[in-house]
Amino acid sequence: MLLFLLRRVGVMILTALCLSFIVFFLTNLPPNLEKVAKFEGNSRMSDEEVVSWLANNGFAQPMPVRFGEWLGVVPGWTNERDGRITGRCITPERTAETAPRFCGVLQGQWGDSRVFRDEVSTIVGVRLWMTAKLMLWVMLLMVPSALIIGVLAGMREGSKTDRSLSTLSIATTATPEYVSGVILIAVFASSAVGLKWFKGTATAAMEDATFENFFLPVLTISLYGMGYIARMTRASMAEVMTAQYIRTARLKGVSFRNIVLKHALRNALIAPFTVIMLQFPWLLNGVVVVETLFNYKGLGWALVQAAGNNDIDLLLGISVVSVLVVLVTQLISDIGYVYLNPRIRIS
Amino acid sequence: MEPLSWGQIALQLLIRFLPVWIALLVTFTLSIAFKRRLGLYGKLFDNTIGMVGFGLVMFWVYTALAVGLFDWILTHDPLSTATGMKNKVPGTPMRGAGEDDFAWYLLGGDTLARDVFSRMVEGAWVVIRIAPLATLFAFMVGITLGLPAGYFGGRLDSALSFAANLILAFPVILLFYLLVTPEMVQTGIPSYMAIVLFLFPILFLTVLINARYRTQPARRNVMLAVLLFVLGWAYLSVISDPATPVRFLPAALDLFNVPGGILVVFVSVVFVNAPTVFRIVRGLTLDIKTRDYVAAAQTRGEGPWYIMLWEILPNTRGPLIVDFCLRIGYTTILLGTLGFFGLGLPPESPDWGTTINQGRKLLSIYPHPAIVPAVALLSMVLGLNLLADGLREESLKD
Repeated sequence: MLLFLLRRVGVMILTALCLSFIVFFLTNLPPNLEKVAKFEGNSRMSDEEVVSWLANNGFAQPMPVRFGEWLGVVPGWTNERDGRITGRCITPERTAETAPRFCGVLQGQWGDSRVFRDEVSTIVGVRLWMTAKLMLWVMLLMVPSALIIGVLAGMREGSKTDRSLSTLSIATTATPEYVSGVILIAVFASSAVGLKWFKGTATAAMEDATFENFFLPVLTISLYGMGYIARMTRASMAEVMTAQYIRTARLKGVSFRNIVLKHALRNALIAPFTVIMLQFPWLLNGVVVVETLFNYKGLGWALVQAAGNNDIDLLLGISVVSVLVVLVTQLISDIGYVYLNPRIRIS
Repeated sequence: MEPLSWGQIALQLLIRFLPVWIALLVTFTLSIAFKRRLGLYGKLFDNTIGMVGFGLVMFWVYTALAVGLFDWILTHDPLSTATGMKNKVPGTPMRGAGEDDFAWYLLGGDTLARDVFSRMVEGAWVVIRIAPLATLFAFMVGITLGLPAGYFGGRLDSALSFAANLILAFPVILLFYLLVTPEMVQTGIPSYMAIVLFLFPILFLTVLINARYRTQPARRNVMLAVLLFVLGWAYLSVISDPATPVRFLPAALDLFNVPGGILVVFVSVVFVNAPTVFRIVRGLTLDIKTRDYVAAAQTRGEGPWYIMLWEILPNTRGPLIVDFCLRIGYTTILLGTLGFFGLGLPPESPDWGTTINQGRKLLSIYPHPAIVPAVALLSMVLGLNLLADGLREESLKD
């Protein structure tokens, strides 16, 4: 088990490194750097001015060296010009003498956001908290309802309940967030024709989340994932219900209620657990769409802002965080699967 | 001219879709009449859910074809604006309509006073052209890499699986934001990716034919020559584009140019879908390669590629067809996501995602410009999902 864990963590770190290099590479391509130079300097720079600005600000070094600097394994660049030393690690607070040689992710320096004019670690921390709040409610709404739908549909395969619940779950998986969000806003929040039960934006929910302003975004994200989990639960439940030991229990005269609750449920919930964990990458997508649609300023919203303005450091920070979330959930799902399934755990 | 009531709007819509109803009627009558002779496709018509799904999908396919090939159904030009029609509710009569013009905006006007109905049906043509083709390419890539990974195993499998997991760990939207930008088109990275990704179908078909007709060199050489000439030329025409850094084919030989925006959207959708297909094919191969008929073929002395493509692949068709339907739906969703974030396709493009994005700004006051494409997208993806479900149920029966 320990060896398995170590290997998985090793692969995970390697994956995270590769992915952050890919993001670094793509955000640091010449046209993107030119955009950064024009954003920081002025928009009417000539080509020579752009080149010299990039050289003065450490962007002219080879890509692997700069990736190393960002990571904190290569000393940060310094540049002496007109008797004034500038450098990657030199800030108004830290002069050339006191500045550390390395300042990258490993030292806890995530760089500065060019759009928000703040440290990346602060922005990511604040935004991640917002998104975590959203995700918590999504999970609280999505997981129980999906499991209930799945179990109800799967316990009597082929019945009317099964048919209608299965069709319902297919319908929710066919509705991406931007479609369900638009429909839900039009129906429940539109000031022209709608029911006006809820608010169409969730900006206020960042400070003070109420049912009125937070329910629609949570529901929108939950709906898309719910159908998939429900279908997996149904399939797994239906399979368990045909197992030998269930038949034995029925023949012994155990009531249907007890069979479902005491005998079938535990075994039927192993597969959905993995699926729920593997839903995270998709949920992250949903979060980006919903945060944009409802103007809820979380991590997804920050991602859109950073990507739209080629805010390199912030984009890297957010991608590392989201990739880590995905990888950690995969790891948890693997470990959880081993723990939940006695056949694997004992052997 | 009086504004239309909701009943009249529905009636007018029914009339506009007349060619589609006729085509659907013909398809269903013929299919049900001959369903016993049509294999899996025929069995679909024993299944209510499958039939509903097939109907929805074919509705959009026929709509797209009627709009794209014959310019039917459209009531107005999807890109032109009309004075005084901004944000008008469904059924508003068109101000100053001439003799030849359709007299109403059936589903209202959007913020730029364009006809919502015409944009919605024109959007179907955009989606139907890109989504199935992109899915097909993703399948070609996934199959060509998944079969050897599952069959040979070992280092090849580890390397390919690692690469697939790498792409899958990326949040899709981040990948889109990184790949689908004007700057990225300028660097030529999508073009280079196109060079690699579009090579897979040619590779796949070449190996497929070579493995089958290896023992008849004369026949094989003719087939391969024709195939490589046709596909090779198409391939070179697609990847060579004067607007990107990849331009080598003289204009006289260049058959067609894909607009840069469409190409980058296409490439990134294929890129995102391929790893999932790879995983499915790999899993199926791992399962099937232990069967007796594979062992029999190995004993006969068949080459590995023959076994993979002519013994294993045909036996994975059931799950793959089902996944193909589901994946077209997922690709449609991805295209919508791209449009929703205003990536890739030009802002005046009538595709559903872009239209939803433009409509959502005034959603709470004028919901119709966003609702109409949203419902269209929903019905098409729902149709594909129901179709896949019906196919799965029917293919499990035997």
